[in-house]
Formats: sequence, C-alpha cells, structure tokens
Amino acid sequence: MHQTFDAALGINLLHANQQGAEHNRAHFDRWGIICLNIMSSPGAGKTVLLERTLAALSEELKIVVIEGDMTTELDADRLRQYGVPVIAINTGRSCHLDSKMVAGGIHQFEHLHNPSDFNLVLVENVGNLVCPAEFEVGEHYKVALLSVTEGEDKPLKYPLMFQEADCLLITKMDLAPYLEIDISRIEANIRQMNPHATIISVSAKTGEGLEIWLNWVRSVTREHVPELQAATSD
Amino acid sequence: MHETDMTKALIVTVKDWWESQPERFKISSVHLIVGKFTCVEPVSLQFTFEVQTRNTFLDGAKLIIQETPLIAFCHRCQQEYQPEIGIQYACPECKSPMDDIRSGRELKIDRIEYCAETTTTQTYAPNI
Ligand SMILES: Nc1nc2c(ncn2[C@@H]2O[C@H](COP(=O)(O)OP(=O)(O)O)[C@@H](O)[C@H]2O)c(=O)[nH]1
Ligand SMILES: [Mg+2]
Ligand SMILES: [Zn+2]
Repeated sequence: MHQTFDAALGINLLHANQQGAEHNRAHFDRWGIICLNIMSSPGAGKTVLLERTLAALSEELKIVVIEGDMTTELDADRLRQYGVPVIAINTGRSCHLDSKMVAGGIHQFEHLHNPSDFNLVLVENVGNLVCPAEFEVGEHYKVALLSVTEGEDKPLKYPLMFQEADCLLITKMDLAPYLEIDISRIEANIRQMNPHATIISVSAKTGEGLEIWLNWVRSVTREHVPELQAATSD
Repeated sequence: MHETDMTKALIVTVKDWWESQPERFKISSVHLIVGKFTCVEPVSLQFTFEVQTRNTFLDGAKLIIQETPLIAFCHRCQQEYQPEIGIQYACPECKSPMDDIRSGRELKIDRIEYCAETTTTQTYAPNI
C-alpha cells in the first residue's frame, strides 16, 4: 500500500550555492583577503577596468584575479602583464559564476601561491545583468558596471543587480557626449532601489573618476584586511 | 538560460534532502515559493525541471510554483506598497527609495510530497 507524505523543507533554492559561498568567504577571511565580485552585461568594461585597477594598485596591494568572463585565453594574458596571478575559470555555458566554480579557482590559487601573502581578490563574473546577482561566490562586496551606451532604463529593467550592488560604476563616460543620455537619470533610477551604493562615473579611456574608484577599493580593502589597518594607523 | 542553473541548484538541494532520508522515497511533487523580484521565470523553470529530471530520482515529479508579489515597506509613510517592476520602485507617495523588501525575494523549496510503502500491516507471517 502507498501513502502520500509531506515534508516541510523551507530550504532556500540557492542553499547549496550559499553554503559554498560562505565556505569561500571563510577561506578569504582566514587569509586576510577581501573579495570583490565584478558584474555587468557583456562589454560594459570589466576587463578594461581590471587592467586599469591592476596598473594602479598592483604594487600597493597584493592582488589576484579570478577570471570568469574569458572570450579567449588572451584576456587572462592581458591581465598577467601586470604581474598578478590570474586564475582562469572555465564556466562552460553557464551564465554566471557560482561558488563551486570559484572554489575550484581558489584551489588552483592555493596550489601555486601562499594565499596569506595576498590582500585582494578581484572576480570578473560572466557578462550578464541577471543571474550573477543571485549567485554569491564568496565576495565581501558586489561591484556592478553599467556603461553609458546601455541606456538609462537598465537599472529599472534589471533591478536585482542594481539593488544588490555595493558599488556601481557608470562606465565609458567619455562616450556620453555622443549619446542622448542623462547621467543624473541613470543615478536617479539606481537610487530608486538602492539608496546605499557608492555610485561612481568613470572612463577607463580618459581616466575620469578612476581615482575615486581606486580610493573605494583601497578603503574597503583596508577596512577588511587587519595587517593593512596596522600599517595605515601610524 | 539561467533557469538551467537554477534547476540544477534545485535538484542538488532536493537530492541532498532525499539522500539524508532513511528510505529512498518516490517524490511526487516539489513545491516552490518564487518571488517576483528574483531572476527566476516560473515558466522556464517548469520546462527545464521537466527536461532535467527525466530518468533521475525525480522522474515524473511535478513542480508546483507559488509566486509571491514584490512588496516593499516605506518607513517614511509607515506603509507597504507594491513597486511596479520595470517601471517604478520608489514609494509612490513620497518617492523614498525601495529599501525594505518584505516579499518578492523568496526562492524557497517549501515542501516535498512523496509516496512511501507503508509497513503498518504485515500481510504475511514470516515465521510460520
Ligand atoms: N570608449 C571607451 N571604451 C571602453 C571603455 N572601457 C571599455 N571600453 C571598450 O569596451 C569594450 C568591452 O570592454 P571589456 O573590458 O572587454 O568589457 P567586459 O566584457 O565587461 O569585460 C572594449 O572594446 C573596450 O575597449 C571606456 O571607458 N571608454
Ligand atoms: Mg571581460
Ligand atoms: Zn513613502
């Protein structure tokens, strides 16, 4: 005889991914590393921003890149020129990084380097404005990029990404004069769902706003990494 | 496309539960609660669930999705409101940003229905 039973679960659908993310974060914390998850639609300027960031900060901070948005192995090589380890993750056909993939990257990194020597992990997520917002990878902060060419209404159309982000970069500001775009409207749209994020307008091409972005990175890193706090307090 | 990954995550979570049980039950339905303010599209989820569960322990199991609306609470007005997704998120009364989401972010496996052989009545006497 068969009987039907009912089990109440109340388990988050992303439970497994979240556990993995917490595991990754615990590793980072033990090593004194802060992790930033960098997300945007394809082509908004993540890789170029990483290049500019590495060029400016790779002496000052010990950085490692986890690259999940490779078009070719060339992207990773471009970043390696800055003398930092670049862990390339094969995401297959997945539209986002998940915590398990990043755990694989951490494993490779651990194998080749002493993680305690590092302070900052920059994760370049798969180009996509939807899913990466839902799948944590173990980051301490989420950074979202929106290029001026994507239009003012994107925050309204993809609210989750903009709501979850801690830092929002409006990129390719050098192109704004050629477009019918009102930057203050982009900001107002973002503010509708995220009153707390730091919003910075940047151009990787002209360098506009980059110093503000770099200072944001410096300040969150110092906040998180105890050894850097000791170094800056005197 | 992201529904494929969501479904994988769902199946992994259900499988973890299933394997932790004393018996390998036959699961007849999985009930989800999915908020409107998530990256999940219920119709796509239904479809990928059907495809991905074929010939697995979940073969034939039904996926039943209950959607919850996006509801935010405005602290200035001290009241709830329903933002219009894609159009307007700030409070319609005072334009305060959406800051306190009360519903719409759920992505939960609420419950699982399963069948089990009942062994309450022994139909034969093994010792005779
Ligand atoms: N004009 C201009 N182009 C940029 C800027 N940042 C990136 N790009 C260009 O946008 C394209 C995509 O950039 P990339 O960094 O690969 O985007 P990703 O897909 O987000 O990593 C490339 O052709 C870049 O040269 C910028 O600040 N100004
Ligand atoms: Mg890239
Ligand atoms: Zn209000």
